[in-house]
Amino acid sequence: MATVARTMNIDQIYREEWGRVLATVIRMVGSFDLAEEAVQEAFTVAVEKWPAEGLPQNPRAWLVSTARHKAIDHLRRARRMELQEDDDLARTADSRSSLQKHSDESFLEESMRDQSGHHASMNHSSGNDERLSLIFTCCHPALAQESQVALTLRTLCGLTTEEIARAFLVPLPTMAQRLVRTKQKIRAAEIPYRVPDKRDLPDRLEAVMLVIYLVFNEGYAASSGDNLVRRELCQEAIRLGRILCELLPDDPAPRALLALMLLHDSRRSARTGPNNELVTLEEQNRTLWDRDEIHEGQALVEAVLRAGHRDEYAIQAAIALLHAQAETPAETDWPQIAGLYDLLCHVHPTPVVELNRAAAVGMARGPEKGLQLLDELAARGELEDYYLLPAARADLLRRAGRKSEAAAAYRSALVQVKSSPEKQYLERRLREMETEGS
Amino acid sequence: MKYLLLIYGNEAHWDTLKEPERMSIYKEYMDLSAEWGKSGKSLGGNELKPIATASTVRVRNGKRSVTDGPFAETKEQLGGYYLVEAKDLDEALELAAKIPSVRWGSIEVRPINPH
Repeated sequence: MATVARTMNIDQIYREEWGRVLATVIRMVGSFDLAEEAVQEAFTVAVEKWPAEGLPQNPRAWLVSTARHKAIDHLRRARRMELQEDDDLARTADSRSSLQKHSDESFLEESMRDQSGHHASMNHSSGNDERLSLIFTCCHPALAQESQVALTLRTLCGLTTEEIARAFLVPLPTMAQRLVRTKQKIRAAEIPYRVPDKRDLPDRLEAVMLVIYLVFNEGYAASSGDNLVRRELCQEAIRLGRILCELLPDDPAPRALLALMLLHDSRRSARTGPNNELVTLEEQNRTLWDRDEIHEGQALVEAVLRAGHRDEYAIQAAIALLHAQAETPAETDWPQIAGLYDLLCHVHPTPVVELNRAAAVGMARGPEKGLQLLDELAARGELEDYYLLPAARADLLRRAGRKSEAAAAYRSALVQVKSSPEKQYLERRLREMETEGS
Repeated sequence: MKYLLLIYGNEAHWDTLKEPERMSIYKEYMDLSAEWGKSGKSLGGNELKPIATASTVRVRNGKRSVTDGPFAETKEQLGGYYLVEAKDLDEALELAAKIPSVRWGSIEVRPINPH
């Protein structure tokens, strides 16, 4: 039992400390690859030593210092190999690159000497937290978005390349190559390792938040793939959201995002039925909702709105909160939700937002009003291949009692739907329309 | 770190501009070059002659071939460049955003391989 507890402890420390230790070591050695290898090795040593010798007093400091030693070992080995080559080549090797190695090493040794003082400050203040530099570097706009997402999961969350590949349904070599290329670009183009200037911060923060939200959505949308990995993605996104809040304590923006993710995630257990079929909000067993997440989300939304913050995340979080507060579907405050969707359409006008607004208006002001908005949206042709458009139409037609039209709309949604939980739901509704409607 | 800022724009669009507009853009470029020259940011730069004057050389199996072009089929053509010194990519991007053509064309920012 004791060993099990200890191993679990190490897993937990890995999850919690990987990003922070790696971020610190990247700062020290100036290289993503070298730091990653060294931190990985430090954790390997920890797994061997800690169960026998017990946890060090300060596991993080231990990991940083072990990783630093590992990095120095790597540099020394590389230098020895180079010297060997120098001999072989009768010392014709480029002297400049040897000098470079020398200075790398003395730099490392210097930072090792002042480690005791450095660690003390590192443990207490999050002001020194290098994860902020790391996340802004990973989400630099000069990197492709899919690369931003992959590198953030690898470096900050410590997910393995294999786990990331599985989560995004990409072959392992493709994902490995994507990560290698991304790190190469950071090095070759000298993408800086720091928090952006005040002037650039809002834009850059938006990119970071979008990456976190993409990770969450990838996990939340049951579009395809392994459920377990997907649930983990949601948890990682929430963890990243928490880190961002912790790192930017005075900024409401990351709090709005965290609230939104918590409130969506609170419905996790209620969203799928015993056969993995989709259970809509209306039909969910609300006692399965995670009350802790709802309470935390509520406090965050209220603080964000009090601060006067009204971006798309804040408004969506407010909508999610109204749903979470209704103990039965009938108690849902649809007029206020429809009003928030009106606001969201101003702040963040996208066809998908308009689609949701039409559905909310249908609930608040009657199905016909919602159908009218959906028809306008369909006429613009922007959501042509999107199954949720006919699905939303079918839903409002069903509520309006127009059964044969509803059945036709369910059929066209079924042509476009891809994931099987959603397909099962639509098929069930179609059967209802056909049996009751004929 | 040195970066090459490659200035892409639509030549056809440039040809439609009236003389006073062109003169004011040229002035902007001259001011920028003077400023960067003084501050040491720029290590050089030039405007290129139109793409119609370009030739492409290849040697395959020891045999040299020369062709006309590249042709101006793509939307944007390389029209000039600056070689700049910047402390990192962020500074290089900031410099690129000051080049007049950035407002209608685009600037490709390429780090120079140091050896």
